[in-house]
Amino acid sequence: MTEPGVQSNSIHELARRAMADAHLEEAYRSSSLRLYTHRLSAIAKVPGFERLRDRAREIKRDVMEHLGDYLEQFESNIIRLGGEVHWAPTAEEASAAVLEICRRAGAREVVKAKSMVGEEIELNHALEAAGIRAVESDLGELIVQLAGERPAHIVAPAIHKTREDVSRLFVEHLHSEPTTEPERLTAIARGALREIFARAAVGLSGANFGVAETGSIVVIENEGNIRFSTTAPRIHIVLMGIEKLIPRFADLGIFLRLLARSGTGQKLTSYTSILTGPRRAGEDGPEEMHVILVDNGRIRTLADEKMREALYCIRCGACLNACPVYRKIGGHAYGWVYSGPIGALITPQFMGISNARELPFASSLCGACREVCPVRINIPDLLLHLRTEAQQRTETPRPPRSLVSERASMRIWAWAMKRPWAYSLGGALMRFGLKAFARWDTSSGGRWVKKFEWFPLSAWTESRDFPAPARMPFRDRWKKISTR
Amino acid sequence: MNQTKPRVALFITCLGDQFFPQVGECAVEILRRLGVDVAFDPAQTCCGQPAFNTGYRNEACEVAARNLELFGDVDYVVAPSGSCTTMVRSFYPELFAGDAARLAQVERLRGRFYEFSEFLVNVLNVEDVGARFPHRVAYHDSCHLLRELGIESEPRKLLRAVHDLELVEMSDYRLCCGFGGTFSVKFPEVSVAMGEDKARAAVESGAEYLVANDSGCLMHLAGVIHRERLPLKTLHLAEVLAGEGPK
Repeated sequence: MTEPGVQSNSIHELARRAMADAHLEEAYRSSSLRLYTHRLSAIAKVPGFERLRDRAREIKRDVMEHLGDYLEQFESNIIRLGGEVHWAPTAEEASAAVLEICRRAGAREVVKAKSMVGEEIELNHALEAAGIRAVESDLGELIVQLAGERPAHIVAPAIHKTREDVSRLFVEHLHSEPTTEPERLTAIARGALREIFARAAVGLSGANFGVAETGSIVVIENEGNIRFSTTAPRIHIVLMGIEKLIPRFADLGIFLRLLARSGTGQKLTSYTSILTGPRRAGEDGPEEMHVILVDNGRIRTLADEKMREALYCIRCGACLNACPVYRKIGGHAYGWVYSGPIGALITPQFMGISNARELPFASSLCGACREVCPVRINIPDLLLHLRTEAQQRTETPRPPRSLVSERASMRIWAWAMKRPWAYSLGGALMRFGLKAFARWDTSSGGRWVKKFEWFPLSAWTESRDFPAPARMPFRDRWKKISTR
Repeated sequence: MNQTKPRVALFITCLGDQFFPQVGECAVEILRRLGVDVAFDPAQTCCGQPAFNTGYRNEACEVAARNLELFGDVDYVVAPSGSCTTMVRSFYPELFAGDAARLAQVERLRGRFYEFSEFLVNVLNVEDVGARFPHRVAYHDSCHLLRELGIESEPRKLLRAVHDLELVEMSDYRLCCGFGGTFSVKFPEVSVAMGEDKARAAVESGAEYLVANDSGCLMHLAGVIHRERLPLKTLHLAEVLAGEGPK
């Protein structure tokens, strides 16, 4: 089982460890690139895709501005349909609500469909502590569960595992024959699941959308296990972040057209389930439906007018696939459940900035994420905002080999930059200081520093060279060319 | 174009000033060749981005505020950097939000502030500056220029018009090179790994020169290329455009 809690401040070590594994880096690179390319070809076929994004953003903005009203409407509709609503301000309370439902039902096992909120509240830990077996029915989730890991990607939890990795896991834990054929691997997982589906009393799922107007829960998938987990067991529990609402049933068309295309490049996923209340007379389906509405830091995010935008996210994973940093360091380096650009945004929000103060810095701010976000979240801008918050509210870790703290160096820098004479003096000192370290290189015709003791140049020259400053800065050369 | 010469102030940028002064000289030469009256105010230092990028907004504000006072008497300000131009045009409004007087100054400045290639193509309406550069060149889009300012075609138009120059595109040419300001030293391994991908893409494209409009990207890429001893040279666009034209 995974280590509980947030390890996001260890991102430097975790990233270094991930990058030391060439096999892992290649798995991330090829898989995210494939999803990225699929998205591009899928959206090229939709006329007006950009307008859909505008509309979706507008709808999400409206939801966040009036979230209280929509939640009340959603709740009263679920109750009217015969379901139950549980409010969970924290992760612990969300897990407790699940356990209480299981206890009342006398359930010893829960069939789980894929749910990022389930991961977020560390439900498997709570279930285990209560002696309840969590059976992952999603192939990707099953793989990471067997590996004792967290999901490495929002929509593809086992994106970092190759067929060979999966085969080894199945041999070890499910005692299957070794095989690298995807069809065989799926069949093995399916075989292990069928029997449990038939007997489990409780099925648990997440929610891609909740429709306020109708009280419907919408879940999308490719494997069919969600439909199974939400219909076969006697009780269906839905774990849902409070930001997952959309106002009207008619809005669903917009979001469904965006979600699968952005995430995997599919027009639609193989299954789209719209679950509106528990079983009605003469119908199939669960007898009880419990919707657990999870806050866990979302209301705090909502209260921040700037950061509120992060709650527009529909968890398509497109920003991960587009992100050159994610492709290098992978999902686990982010140290919690959500990874990539959106993880760097919401982890500090949900778990507190002091627990994830390094995440907003783990970005070159290239903006590739914003370019693909179906609801156009201005991720680089929000990351910049969070960087400011991190500097104001938490201690800046001292990088190795630095003579002064980052804050002090920025103060000195600003002081000098406000005084052209001090700026020029600083330039002269740098030229003089680096002279001893720079070596002439005939092939490139320049002078280069290949190694330096002190930060930040020590970090720069770890694996790249640093050009020596020019002998004469432009401002001095200008004196010669100004009147020409 | 007006009868009178347009007056342009060069914003050299701190990196350009200290590390790549020849880029500034080339820019001045090209602008003069195109009939522009170029001025340079040595009171300028930095746009403030290093502090802004690292989350020190007060420090960024102090440095940025000076630039609002500097360029009062010119028609345009031109910087040989997409990133510093983005700082002024896209981030100054955010930096000074809530200060009406400063915001008014920001508006006056950002309306006249242009990146070098953008200024040549969109303001001076020039594509062929009369340069000759008989080499194969790949152009690297800096992320700020590409995604914040939306300048993608302008530098390519200028390069295509250079005599004897063959412009090639790298695979995944829109991908970041990994510089990212202080990201380059906060996450050096990731930064360099991204830089290696970019440099390799340039080599695979068959380019002899990797050309960009940002000293930050160029300093980083040159450092990676030099460490790895790759068969590739880096140049700023202005250096290519200042190349001797056909006689």
